[in-house]
Amino acid sequence: MTHDIKRSIAAFICGLVFATGLAVSGLANPDKVLQFLTLNANWSPALLFTMLAGILVTFAGYRWVLRRGPIFSDTLHLPTRTDVDQRLLVGAAIFGVGWGLAGFCPGPALTALSSLHVEPFLFVAAMIAGSLIEVRVVPGS
Amino acid sequence: MMNDISMAAAGGAIIGIASVLLLWLNGRIAGISGIMNGALTRVPGENAWRILFVAGLVAGGFFYQVITDTPLITRTDRPLALTAAAGLLVGFGTRLGSGCTSGHGICGISRLSLRSILATATFVAVGMLTATVIVRLIGVPA
Repeated sequence: MTHDIKRSIAAFICGLVFATGLAVSGLANPDKVLQFLTLNANWSPALLFTMLAGILVTFAGYRWVLRRGPIFSDTLHLPTRTDVDQRLLVGAAIFGVGWGLAGFCPGPALTALSSLHVEPFLFVAAMIAGSLIEVRVVPGS
Repeated sequence: MMNDISMAAAGGAIIGIASVLLLWLNGRIAGISGIMNGALTRVPGENAWRILFVAGLVAGGFFYQVITDTPLITRTDRPLALTAAAGLLVGFGTRLGSGCTSGHGICGISRLSLRSILATATFVAVGMLTATVIVRLIGVPA
């Protein structure tokens, strides 16, 4: 089997596991996300624990992988940029507005397609459009 | 409440396991917006795994609903125009800011990247502000 096929199977399994985590945590449900993002009497800190647990496991696991190296790839493809620029922060802020409006971010929206409700389909179509617009209007993207 | 929090933490740990698996197996960061954008751009040898990761994300949601008999989405009465506007902003913003909740919030923070820490602080703060204001303005309760 070529590495290409192994990588594809591995990615599919990772996607399955990732989606399970999103579903179990409640992140795939915009209601739960908005209960975390909306600061009122119904505020729920639950998703804070999702992030903390996710970071804890990833922090430990990444250190382990960094010592061993990857299996189906010659190198680890890690981001190298360290500069904090306007693009990063403006982009994060625009993303934050969208996240707060609907309670969907990219991963949960893709997983929520499996609910067959119209919302995630509309959201994902708009998200792809937004991404393609960015490439067209922002120079150098 | 306690049950919500333990499920939230357990789900987070599973997300962490998936992120570690993807780096260990394929040497890749589990940043969903980046993977999705990469899947939309033709790069020889790099499209298949990205498309299959996204397929796994959808299939995983499907299996979860079938196995646990619980719906992923519990409310569908929000204005569709809001959902569409939100999607546009999320697609635009995550591309401009090079990442989303997974890439910056989980993977980047775990690598102690200052860029990711600041991006996450920004989108969580702006997300909270937006959600809180929206409830007041148009009365779409969380």
